[in-house]
Amino acid sequence: MTKEEVIELIDSSLAEEFELDRADMTPEANLYEDLGLDSLDTVDMVIVLEGAFDFKIREEEAVRAIRTLADIHNFVMHKIEQHS
Amino acid sequence: MYRVAITGIGIVSCLGNDLESVGAALRNGQSGIVVDPQRVELGFRSPLTGQIKNFDTSILSRKQRKSMPEFAVWAYASARDALEMSGLDEESLQNDQSGLIYGCDSSCLAAIEQVEALLQRGETKGIGSGQIFRSMTSTVTMNLNTLLKTRGACWTLSSACSSSGHAVGQAADLIRMGRQERMICGGAQEVNWQSMCSFDGLGAFSAQLDDPATASRPFDADRDGLVPSGGAASVILERYDLAEKRGATILGELLGYGFSSDGAQLSVPSEDGLSRAMRSALQQSGLATGEIDYLCAHATATPAGDAAEATNIRRVFGDTTPDISALKALTGHELWMSGAAQVVYTAIMAQQGFTAASYNFNQADAGTAGLNIIRETRLRSPGKVLCNSAGFGGTNSSLVIAFS
Repeated sequence: MTKEEVIELIDSSLAEEFELDRADMTPEANLYEDLGLDSLDTVDMVIVLEGAFDFKIREEEAVRAIRTLADIHNFVMHKIEQHS
Repeated sequence: MYRVAITGIGIVSCLGNDLESVGAALRNGQSGIVVDPQRVELGFRSPLTGQIKNFDTSILSRKQRKSMPEFAVWAYASARDALEMSGLDEESLQNDQSGLIYGCDSSCLAAIEQVEALLQRGETKGIGSGQIFRSMTSTVTMNLNTLLKTRGACWTLSSACSSSGHAVGQAADLIRMGRQERMICGGAQEVNWQSMCSFDGLGAFSAQLDDPATASRPFDADRDGLVPSGGAASVILERYDLAEKRGATILGELLGYGFSSDGAQLSVPSEDGLSRAMRSALQQSGLATGEIDYLCAHATATPAGDAAEATNIRRVFGDTTPDISALKALTGHELWMSGAAQVVYTAIMAQQGFTAASYNFNQADAGTAGLNIIRETRLRSPGKVLCNSAGFGGTNSSLVIAFS
């Protein structure tokens, strides 16, 4: 999977789960302030990412540190690199 | 003590999802009862059920619905319709004087779904964020509170099949006492086999499967049990003087609320419990028994329950009862929703100028004799009405309403 494909899968999965407008989903978009997610949504975000990429997310502190869409992209890329 | 006005009603029912279609079904005797093939397959003694049809869940976003079981979305739809009818805007609800009380006594399916999600995914974080809020009996009021932004009373009342009768009564009491100026109240009931399987096992459901439309036979000699049903009903109550002042259309006045409990058996109603609730409601209303022109009975079509209600009605009204009908012949027993649903159904009749017959009633037996049960729909609005509801454990609610 290329980096672009990973980002596309992340963005499309989150857009579907949280009914987000793709135009708002810039890498620097803050999940909470710009995209309107709340702390409960991060629970479902983890489930969505685990489902999309078939891995388990156990780094709860790292997840809590995520603020922007780019943070998610980097987090997932890092996970994929670890697995490969 | 303040007077209490009814200024809005809304309903999602097996008879329809708007006041016009529900009114037409009540007027013409169109049943909302179907056979659920899944219940047949699962070996239910009775696969009969009310069914909500053609409901558009997209009135709320997916995120909003994440914390809501289906019946809470129905409750929102009925509340939204009732609020629209009342003319209250969003801003007028967002204060300490506006509250919510709904009747609900289960969220069974959501509780099952969260356990299934855990077993399937192997970790609690895999259950998802919404299930905790979906699986609580207070799911309706907690979700409506966040959607409507009311800031006053917010709780759910559980008392089996009288839940929403008490919810409407208690909401009226809060206004009467000056503790709230307006209340969004009602009841909601899930419709699924999971929540009804153990009830089916009691043998309390009608097994007249040949014609679902005539299976529920309140007060009739051939009644053999209730038909489970559900949906959601909402009523807007306001302090009468404030409703008048803002120029609201007042549908009716909630004159009295009476409650009682049997202190007797779990599943067999007593011969005096409901009569004490009726007398208490009448006393608060200031009306004499002879002034009530229509009684919307609880009558679920169980042999013992209908006979007990008949005894209670005769205790209060003697040989001359008001016109009586039992709408569960068409709707089935809407359980937690039924008390509030009766308020909505009678308000629909008052608005649309008719009094619905007690369908599927051919003849009384010894237990249900002596009641003035209406056999044909009358083209006359009910005026002063008494609505009964009663629940397992012997908890009774009576409401007295004068329609405008």
